[in-house]
Amino acid sequence: MKITLKLFASLGVHLPPECRSRLWMELELPPGATLLDALQRQGVPPGQCAIVLLDGVWVPVAELSSRVLQEGQVLAVWPPVAGG
Amino acid sequence: MAWTKQVLRVNLTAGTCVAEPLNMDWAKDYLGQRGLATKYLVNEIDPKVDPLADGNKLIFVTGPLTGTMAATGGRYSVVTKGPLTNAIACSNSGGFFGAELKFAGWDMVIFEGTSPKPVYLLINDGTAELVDAAHLWGKTVWETEEVIKKQHQDPQIRVASIGRAGENKVLFAGIVNDLHRAAGRSGVGAVMGSKNLKAVAVRGTLTSAYQIANPEAFFTAVDAGKKVLAGNGVTGVGLPTYGTQVLMNVINELGALPTRNHKDTQFESANSIGGEAMHEKRETDGKANLVTNGACFGCTIACGRISRMDPGHFSVKDKPQYHGASGGLEYEAAWALGAANGVKDLEALTYANFLCNEDGYDPISFGATVGAAMELYELGILTEAEVGLKLTWGSAEALVTLAEWTAKGEGFGVAIGQGSKRLCAKYGRPELSMSVKGQEFPAYDGRALQGMGLAYATSNRGACHLRGYMVSPEVLGIPVKMEPQATEGKPAMLKAFQDLTAVVDSSGLCLFTTFAWGLQDIQPQIQAACEGDWSDDRLLLIGERIWNMEREFNLAAGITGKDDTLPPRLLNEPANSGPQKGAVARLDIMMPEYYQVRGWSADGVPTDATRTRLGL
Repeated sequence: MKITLKLFASLGVHLPPECRSRLWMELELPPGATLLDALQRQGVPPGQCAIVLLDGVWVPVAELSSRVLQEGQVLAVWPPVAGG
Repeated sequence: MAWTKQVLRVNLTAGTCVAEPLNMDWAKDYLGQRGLATKYLVNEIDPKVDPLADGNKLIFVTGPLTGTMAATGGRYSVVTKGPLTNAIACSNSGGFFGAELKFAGWDMVIFEGTSPKPVYLLINDGTAELVDAAHLWGKTVWETEEVIKKQHQDPQIRVASIGRAGENKVLFAGIVNDLHRAAGRSGVGAVMGSKNLKAVAVRGTLTSAYQIANPEAFFTAVDAGKKVLAGNGVTGVGLPTYGTQVLMNVINELGALPTRNHKDTQFESANSIGGEAMHEKRETDGKANLVTNGACFGCTIACGRISRMDPGHFSVKDKPQYHGASGGLEYEAAWALGAANGVKDLEALTYANFLCNEDGYDPISFGATVGAAMELYELGILTEAEVGLKLTWGSAEALVTLAEWTAKGEGFGVAIGQGSKRLCAKYGRPELSMSVKGQEFPAYDGRALQGMGLAYATSNRGACHLRGYMVSPEVLGIPVKMEPQATEGKPAMLKAFQDLTAVVDSSGLCLFTTFAWGLQDIQPQIQAACEGDWSDDRLLLIGERIWNMEREFNLAAGITGKDDTLPPRLLNEPANSGPQKGAVARLDIMMPEYYQVRGWSADGVPTDATRTRLGL
């Protein structure tokens, strides 16, 4: 299955060089792959993930290894960031 | 005691500068900065006074931790009745000015009356005088600061001044110190301009201006606090590296980025104007927009952005004065100048932001007002002949031209300078002003984030993200995660945020510390710096007292519970895309509960029991 992986801020270095400007890539994963599988495919250290949105909905970091991805979903991840 | 215990009262009408002792009874009940100056203001002015009339007062104020070694202890505030809102106004700034004022021996400077001619206040430690400013009137903030430093042959003088926006009484004019730090919101700069006060210039060298009550405990608490900031992923790495601008993509992905005057809740070009884009090398000159980060006095976070524009960009190609590095885009400014108008040109936003710093006006209210004007134009209500420009969504040319006109009071910039509420009312469409109590929204959609909607509606200074930052729980999961669309528990959480924020704003510390610090980190620093008992409970009671004092001022000024609302667009027009699609702001559910947890009547008035409990 294909999903879209978006990596922001300092996590952008884990995208292929040609994708770093736009901050997203398509990822081919086997059925049943978890969020953690997707991140590990690109070498993203789970410990650096603070804000995780799946189709725009918050996923607790503790659920990275148990949440299964579906075809076409968008996974967006940030390290610890804030603003205001 | 961490206060200097000295207040400087400047009567601009009479031209006098008189020292008086700080009311320490009030300091014990209101701490400092926002709380203490508001206590002075509400005690001294008629709440119904015209904000730009002689009877209004303008207070520059520090907190007990301003100028100390506490991390971020460099803040000061400007408190007055705001002309944009006719409500209480308190604008907070960083930089180095606040600490300098403290080093000169002053907790607070109260300006009253109106000078018959332009003047600036010059403070040299314990002495103060009003100096003729005829040669500065008509100059920008940047020029004013340079002239004053040269004139007094002292590059270490710290200057807070108004630009032409303040002189021309742009209703969202701010006061800018250290070139690009600003007491930016609610029009405090217009009040300064109305008083013919161009600048406050301070040189402070007193090593004994204040005394830390318990130095050993203070340094222990400060050291512990700095370690927490350094070890926290947000304050130790995220903010220094990407600044607040990193939020652009977060909020957009969440479907909470107000776009094109809140018609949309996602901006298709958000990635072009966010924090990551500022790091990208430009195709035109091979350099990144971001040069480095910067810190205010005593700050160990350093979230500030220093940017350099592409010198070949259309907005500055013949203007070398903008080719150097200067204060860059923060998130709220980038949103207001960009997504709020559909403009995706990062360099154009940077230029407009430079102009906001240079001539002293609030990029949030300015950008949001341009957004309202663009909607009026798209609807055919405003015409090219009337504006002098094509005001189409996304026009970078229109944005920068209006930025050039507004402070100078030229062309359609005069109408923009009145803010969106007055602009939209003038053209018969008041509902298109995206504001609360006359002040424009910052960068979070009040439909998509229910708690932020409630925060905007109840903010004492009009729409504002810095009075109760519900983005923390609703987006960032700090201190706990709350679902954006949930309403349950939001009123109580908002009250807690509002009260704690009032404490931080009254201490001299920066609110950004609270991404890492809780009251357990802040309380020991206040306790050690200030004599007496400053327990958590007492501090939170002070915060609640400040909030209610501000509320009572607004009630006396004629602002009531009916004004605790949002524009019809947020209440009735569902979010049109993204994860929050279909959402409207549910004030109908949250407001009664909010009034209840506040101890207010059903129409939003503090009850006698609440007033008694808070000592009001």
